[in-house]
Formats: sequence, C-alpha cells, structure tokens
Amino acid sequence: MTALADHASSRVRCAILGSGNIGTDLMAKLMRCSVLELQAMAGLEPASAGLARAREAGIQVCDNGVEGLLALNPLPQIVFDATSAHAHREHASRLRTAGIVAIDLTPAAVGDYVVPAVNLEERRDALNLNLVTCGGQATIPIVAAVSRVAPVEYAEIVATIASASAGPGTRQNIDEFTQTTARGLERLGGAKRGKAIIVLNPANPPIAMRDTIYVCFQQGASHEEVAASVKRMVCDIQQYVPGYRLRTEPIFDDASVTVMIEVEGAGDFLPRYSGNLDIMTAAAVRVGEEIARKLLPQPAMHQRAGESA
Amino acid sequence: MNSQMKICDVSLRDGSHVVRHQFTVDQVVSIAAALDTAGVAMVEVSHGDGLGGSSLQYGLSRTNELELIRAARSVLSRAKLTVLLLPGIGTREDLKAARDLGAEVVRVATHCTEADIAQQHIGFARELGMEVAGFLMMAHMIPAAELAVQAKLMASYGAHAVYVTDSAGALTLDGARERVRTIRDVVQCEVGFHGHNNLSLAVANTLAAIEEGATWIDAAVRGFGAGAGNTATEVLAAVLDRIGRNPGLDVLKLMDIAEELVPPVMGKPAMIDRAALTLGYCGVYSSFLRHAEKAAERFGVDAREILMEVGRRKAVGGQEDMIIEVAFELSQASASADRS
Repeated sequence: MTALADHASSRVRCAILGSGNIGTDLMAKLMRCSVLELQAMAGLEPASAGLARAREAGIQVCDNGVEGLLALNPLPQIVFDATSAHAHREHASRLRTAGIVAIDLTPAAVGDYVVPAVNLEERRDALNLNLVTCGGQATIPIVAAVSRVAPVEYAEIVATIASASAGPGTRQNIDEFTQTTARGLERLGGAKRGKAIIVLNPANPPIAMRDTIYVCFQQGASHEEVAASVKRMVCDIQQYVPGYRLRTEPIFDDASVTVMIEVEGAGDFLPRYSGNLDIMTAAAVRVGEEIARKLLPQPAMHQRAGESA
Repeated sequence: MNSQMKICDVSLRDGSHVVRHQFTVDQVVSIAAALDTAGVAMVEVSHGDGLGGSSLQYGLSRTNELELIRAARSVLSRAKLTVLLLPGIGTREDLKAARDLGAEVVRVATHCTEADIAQQHIGFARELGMEVAGFLMMAHMIPAAELAVQAKLMASYGAHAVYVTDSAGALTLDGARERVRTIRDVVQCEVGFHGHNNLSLAVANTLAAIEEGATWIDAAVRGFGAGAGNTATEVLAAVLDRIGRNPGLDVLKLMDIAEELVPPVMGKPAMIDRAALTLGYCGVYSSFLRHAEKAAERFGVDAREILMEVGRRKAVGGQEDMIIEVAFELSQASASADRS
C-alpha cells in the first residue's frame, strides 16, 4: 500500500486532449507508464466512444475539451494533444499560459519538432513539442543516422500506409504530410534537401506501414559506417517502438543508400497494421516520460530507465 | 448531356516514363507545337508521375518540368495546356506554379479507392479557375459499382470529368464498357477514359468507352506512354474518322508526327514485349515496367518475376520502391537456392 502511494506521488500528472482513436491508443500506453499518471481525458462529445472507453478504464473524463483540463485541480503538468492542427493552434497558447507542457501529435507544428531517437535530449525543456508526422517519426532517424557519419545532400522518403489507417485528417490534408515531413528531414535529419511522398494502399488484409528512405551522402563515405549507424539507430527506435524493423539490409549504390523499414503497431487499441499511428503514440509517450523524469524530484532511486541500451 | 468529345494527348507526360523523365525543352516544343496544329484539345506536360514527381523513387527529371510547361505554353494556341497531379506526390503549391505558367487543365489522380485524398486539390484547382478531371487509376482493381462511388466523390468535389484510368492496361472490352456506363449513370459531370495497350486493347477499349458516352479521351501519339504504350492518337483518329466521329483531328498530320517527330525522341518503340504483356496480364501499373527492367538488370533477376510478384502483393501506383524490394528478395532467394 505504501509502495503504491509512493509510486503515485512519484509520477507526473498528464492528460489527453482528444478522444478519438489516437487518444484511446495513447490512453492504453499511458496507463502502463511508471512515471506518468493519466489524470484525465478530454473530448467534446459527451457520448463519444472514446470518452466512454476512458470512463470504463476509470479515467476522469471532461466533455468540454481544453476548458475541462484547465479546470482540473491540480492542473495536469503535461497534456498530449491528439485533436487537429487547427484545434491545437488554439490550445497551444492556453496550455502555455497555464504552464503546462504540450506534446502535440497534430501537424500544427507550433513548437519545435521532436523525434525521440534524434533530439529528445535537446528539447526536454521546451513547453511545446511537435511530433512532426508519422512518416517523419519513422524516417527522420534513419536520415539522421546517415548524417552523423556522412554529410547528406538529399533525403527522400516514401511512406506507404494502409488505406484503413489513414483517417479523414490525413486524407484531407495530405499536402501537410508531405511538406511537414520534408521539412523534418532537413531540420532534424540533417539533409540539405528533403522530399516526402505518401502512398495509400487499400490491400486487404491491410499492410503494415512501410517506408523507403533514399539518402544521398557525400562521395567517399564508408558504406560500412553508414550501415552500422543505421542499424544502431534502428535499435534505439525499437526501445520505444518495438514493431519497428528493417525490411532488408541497407542497399548501397555508390554514394547513396536505400533503407526499407516496416512499422507494426503494438496493437494496444489500434490494429497492428496501423504502425503509422502507433509510432506517433509511442513517440509521444517516450517524450512524455523524458519530460516527467525532468519534472520529478531526482533522488538516486529514480534512475532514468530506458537508457541502458 | 451531349458534350463534345475531346482528345487529350498525353505523350509529353505518360511518355516521360518511357524516356525516364529525360525530356528536353526542344523535344517538348516540337511535339507540342505539332500536336497543337493537329487538332487535339489538350496537351499534357508533366513528369510521368505528375507535378513534383521528379524523385529517386520515380526518376529525376532532366529538365525541371516547370520549364517544360513554360516551353509548351509558348507554342500552344488551340490546345489547352494540361498537367497531372497525384496528391501525396505533388502539392497545391506545385499546381499553383504550373497555373502561373499558363496550365489550364489539371487531372488529379488517385488510386481508384482513394478519391477523397483529391478533395483539397480538386477544390483548389477550381479556385484557380482551372478545368479539372478526377483520374481514378488502376480502375481494373475494383468492380464498376465501387468505382462509381469514388467517381461520385470526385464529381462532388467539383471535377468537370471523372476518368476510368486503365493504368495497368488490364481491362478488356466488357470491363471498360461497364465501368464507363456505371459512372455515367451516377454523375452529372463528363466521363473520361485513359487506356494502355498492354493487352493490345487500347483502341478497342477506348472505342467501347466512347460508345458508352465517354467524352474526355486520352491518347498518345505513336502510343508514346508507359508499358506497351497508350492508345495511339493517330490510330484512334483514323478509327474515329472512319466511324464519322472525328472531333477535329487531322489524321494525316498525326500520322506524320507519329512517324517523323516522335520516334527519335522515344527511342525504343512501344511494343507488347513479354514484360509489357505481363503488366496487362497481371494487372500491374504500367510505369513499373522501366523500373522493373532496371531492377532486373541490377539484381540479375527476370523482370517478369518482379512484376508478377508486385502484382501478387497488390501494389498500387506510386509504390515503385516495392520493385527494388522484390528484386532484392528474388536475388537473395536465388542466391540461397544456388548455395543449397
């Protein structure tokens, strides 16, 4: 009992904004988390399936969106925003004013981009962190892995996702995906120029998310070093996205490499093929954990787990 | 509704696949100018995979497509300058740039089940004052009734026409006919047909589509397009003339373009060789052909094996990376078979 109480008080309060599929998957992951305490989920539809699932799971629900979260006492320290880019632009300033850290899963890009395997350390003091796009989470680390051993002239990625895993938000804003991902390849991946392409495949049974990453690097760089760096990066990503894997060995061609990866989801709430959604919720939790460890008092017993690898 | 049939010559777009996107300004100018005088209603100029298609995935353009579009604009007086856009590859920014250079018509292309990713782009094209057609690719992959549902969506976004796009050249006569008819029954806008000749049925399918009321008709002079080529413009012109339905095409002039202007640009003529036939036979996206040939050479495997496997995996247009993956896997499999 004491141990449990200790455990609860040593966790950081967080809440989910948005009660859709992403919010629900996030809920499942956060409920397993040892450093984050899921305090509430907020939606806008009292009768929504997402809020019903949260109630069932014993989570406090608010049906008045961000207002509800800002009325909580005590306030959450971290809010995961799984609504829409449009909505997040409004939420961002309110959360900031309240001193709450926002982890943004929408393409709003109010805050700086964060990809856990690439720049989480540098971003852990930020008040608003944006998770780029699913394609960005899956591919930027590979480009960064090449960048750290050889300057990258150009990086291009093709994300193929199951039609069934592309919601209306993605479908109606597909330019946002390609443009935001391309910027991420440049800013975080370190490519001088980035390009992103997305393809929806309706095959049944649905395919897992697959990404192909083409990276053109400086002439003369060692293929062995590039391959080793890519493989190290894949291991780092697997720490928080277990279903992330290389589909083939990196394929080299003089001063370029083609890396093909697949992302299978953890199947928490979303089906396993939606690796594109899972990598977002998994990355969000990873970011949340890192920030929580920073916010928590740091007695010796709170070692930073997950860094052993 | 009785709309006038119009021919869109796609050789300077679909033909881009054939020359691995190496068109030059001079080539585009000479072919576009000639087509303009031969009476085609539209001349399409873009990277083979549409605006923004220049990439490692699909092939880098030798000349920036905007320069090609600008060049075509300077020589077209009757035909409308047309571009292709695949949401997910090209963006509204790319479309705006093409529009600023004088593009008048855009075809917004999606896989046949994914019409809703085109809403933004069709709407934007209308805002720009362009004529727009929705392009439902790989139309052989779903039944007519399902295709019609997608066509209705595109029409609802503001498309002036919706195409049955036989990207794999896999449709046969009944299939082409039924798809056009079913769509015609449910949309107010016009219907188009885009054929490939992988099963030697491009002209026949196009004619069937026309009989069912399709009015936006794609063709490429000398069949200058992916796979075994598109419906040949000069052949279609001769056929339409014979049945008394020539929409103002100069048959002899088109023959001259096909015989004199295009061959030096095109290189290898469009033909139904074994790899191209495999496309139609297995229902594979026609522009995969060149990529499969290249991968076959690089990894030492049979292009047909690659194409058949890609077909089995139900690849859609745009998944050229799967060709590399399959070729790589086939080469590994044969290497391990050799070892054992």
